[in-house]
Amino acid sequence: MCDDFVEWLYISPQNDNAPPMEVGQIVFIIILALTFGFAFFKYRELINTILLAKKVEIEGPMSRRFKNLFLVAFGQKKMFKNFLPAIFHLFIYTAFLITQIKLIEIIIDGVMGSHRILATPLGGFYTFVVSFIEILSVLAFVATLVFLYRRNLLTIPRFNKVEMTHWPKLDANIILLAELVLLVGIFSYNGADIVLQQMGVVGYPDTGALVVSSVMGPLLFGGLDQSTLIFIEKAGWWIHILAVFGFIVYLPYSKHLHIFFAFPNTWFAKLRPRGRMENMPEIMNEVKSMMGLSEAEEPAGDMEDIPEFGAKDIFDMDRINLLGAFSCTECGRCTAACPANITGKKLSPRKIVMDIRDRAEEVSAKLKSGDKKYIREDKREEDQKLTPENFDDGKSLFDYISSEELHACTTCNACVEACPILIDPMEPILKMRRYEILTLSSGPSDWMPMFTSLENNASPWQMSDERDKWKEDLD
Amino acid sequence: MSEKKLIVKTMAELAAEGKTPEILFWVGCAGSFDARAQKITRAFCKVLHNAGVSFGILGTEESCTGDPARRAGNEFVFQMLALQNIQTLNAYEVEKIVTACPHCFNTIKNEYPELGGNYEVLHHTQLLRKLIEEGRIKVAPGDKDSKITYHDSCYLGRVNGEYEAPRKVIDSLNMDFKELKRSRANGLCCGAGGAQMFKEDEPGDKRVNTERVEEALDEDPNIILANCPFCITMLSDGLKEKDKQEDVMVYDLTELIVKNNNW
Repeated sequence: MCDDFVEWLYISPQNDNAPPMEVGQIVFIIILALTFGFAFFKYRELINTILLAKKVEIEGPMSRRFKNLFLVAFGQKKMFKNFLPAIFHLFIYTAFLITQIKLIEIIIDGVMGSHRILATPLGGFYTFVVSFIEILSVLAFVATLVFLYRRNLLTIPRFNKVEMTHWPKLDANIILLAELVLLVGIFSYNGADIVLQQMGVVGYPDTGALVVSSVMGPLLFGGLDQSTLIFIEKAGWWIHILAVFGFIVYLPYSKHLHIFFAFPNTWFAKLRPRGRMENMPEIMNEVKSMMGLSEAEEPAGDMEDIPEFGAKDIFDMDRINLLGAFSCTECGRCTAACPANITGKKLSPRKIVMDIRDRAEEVSAKLKSGDKKYIREDKREEDQKLTPENFDDGKSLFDYISSEELHACTTCNACVEACPILIDPMEPILKMRRYEILTLSSGPSDWMPMFTSLENNASPWQMSDERDKWKEDLD
Repeated sequence: MSEKKLIVKTMAELAAEGKTPEILFWVGCAGSFDARAQKITRAFCKVLHNAGVSFGILGTEESCTGDPARRAGNEFVFQMLALQNIQTLNAYEVEKIVTACPHCFNTIKNEYPELGGNYEVLHHTQLLRKLIEEGRIKVAPGDKDSKITYHDSCYLGRVNGEYEAPRKVIDSLNMDFKELKRSRANGLCCGAGGAQMFKEDEPGDKRVNTERVEEALDEDPNIILANCPFCITMLSDGLKEKDKQEDVMVYDLTELIVKNNNW
């Protein structure tokens, strides 16, 4: 059965003496090159998109960054605020990390046309590592089923908010299903291999008793003929590696980018106190000179360049804001903790973060197109090339995020506290509020009398009483 | 315990007498103007007086710290208020500040240093804890039958990580205390922060304070304790909405100390 196909796929285990390349080997090398070539360009594009945002000073001690990286990213510390999902996530996560060791052998085998090249030299250690991977893979399999069940059959509110439209939901399921396929691949590859070893087929070196497959293999595949077993073993191998390549290619388009980006995101997360909003030195200096606290500064630039304050678009966010947006797994813990969202307001911190990523991807794609219609109107004549500096597609983050959402934030920091990988969804909200108030001079109408009162009475309320009138009733 | 009459003096008055108080009491806008919060201000003065802590206030020289302006997005107004305050505080060479408002506490502690204002800042619950632990105030045991619960303000709790000080003070009250379901880092906002206090809620199913009061009522308390004048307004409004204002009282921690001690 399937002899021709096996022949085609066959990466011959026997040929030790510099054999001619097999078709499978050539196919593998081509796919490997295509995957890494594509990944190189796509991930570079992602990084360039993040670099469209403002440069940001990396402050604070390295030791705290290491601590965040090890405790929060590697250690999953913040996930464990919610034990059950945390433990299942840990299964998938550790299986993912440890499987990378095995991937080294898979790639060598693929390129060299060898079969389990490390089994014989590593001996018992090989058995240990592969068995360890097998145990984690079983746990990951269970966890994936649990996650599919939770996501699709249980009604967990955070999986069903307005921003969880068609694509985010599909994205989540695609990854979970792909994980199942990958795990099925691993167990077919190992299980059939064990049976082939027991049959004493040449080219199948002793792997030792693999903890799961030495039981599962004979149970599932025992009694099948040799060519079928070889087919299952090869197919499992290919399914596994193609699923891995598929992940690499798919991730830049998916929320699952967090498996890479969570690490830099925890490293770069801002270390300033939570209660300290980013200072605006240009405004501070202007007010200082107004108050006679410092020398008046020469107004920078000519009057044509009226400075814009706050954030209107991704160019005004900083790179850590954008890195956060690309790292977001859309888990919705922020939204589930948000008092505005809990009480039915339109604001959802997760949506804010997702909108920033969507807008960044839109800008990036338009810039990549080089289409001159995206050059700002007054520059369209003189500028030959579309650049981030002259870019204007007539849209901004305000086309994604409404004022109603921005105005609902109580700045309570629950979203900041909730994020398992230290994304700050609140800072972009406050940057956009700054744009509304300082650049557009708009905002909630109730705030206008508050500002007037703060300016005239140094209190948010319009009061005619003296500030220390309360003293009169002291007894 | 001091036998002298309680007289609250401004930093200007104290300076004229050539005196430097132990600490500056930053009263804040709510503490100064809001009728409900004024009671907390007076209660806190009584506690300081009874503990023998010498303190001064800025009086009419105090301005809003700028917190609501900054969080609403109005950096100009924030900088004007903040720089004005820093000028005043530095002129009196203030080193130590205590305030009964977690928003004032946060802004002075975390945001003024970048603008040139460096002070040791305490929230009043932190000072209360210290005074109790040092034995400078003794808290008489409260009514054993009244059940109390506690609402963490965002700006003392989640933002500044202070969960213990208010709980130590609660311990000293010796009353029947029960935590809310969402407490400490998971505490739910009262709905006032980020200048929400000064505007209507955005459209939604209910107000944030309603949600929080419903949660508090699940514990069936007689008293809800808080540490922030804005939380107290929000919780009181929520109770009124539920027609529970006669059954459940909202107090600042300070007020319960004063009440238990009959000061």
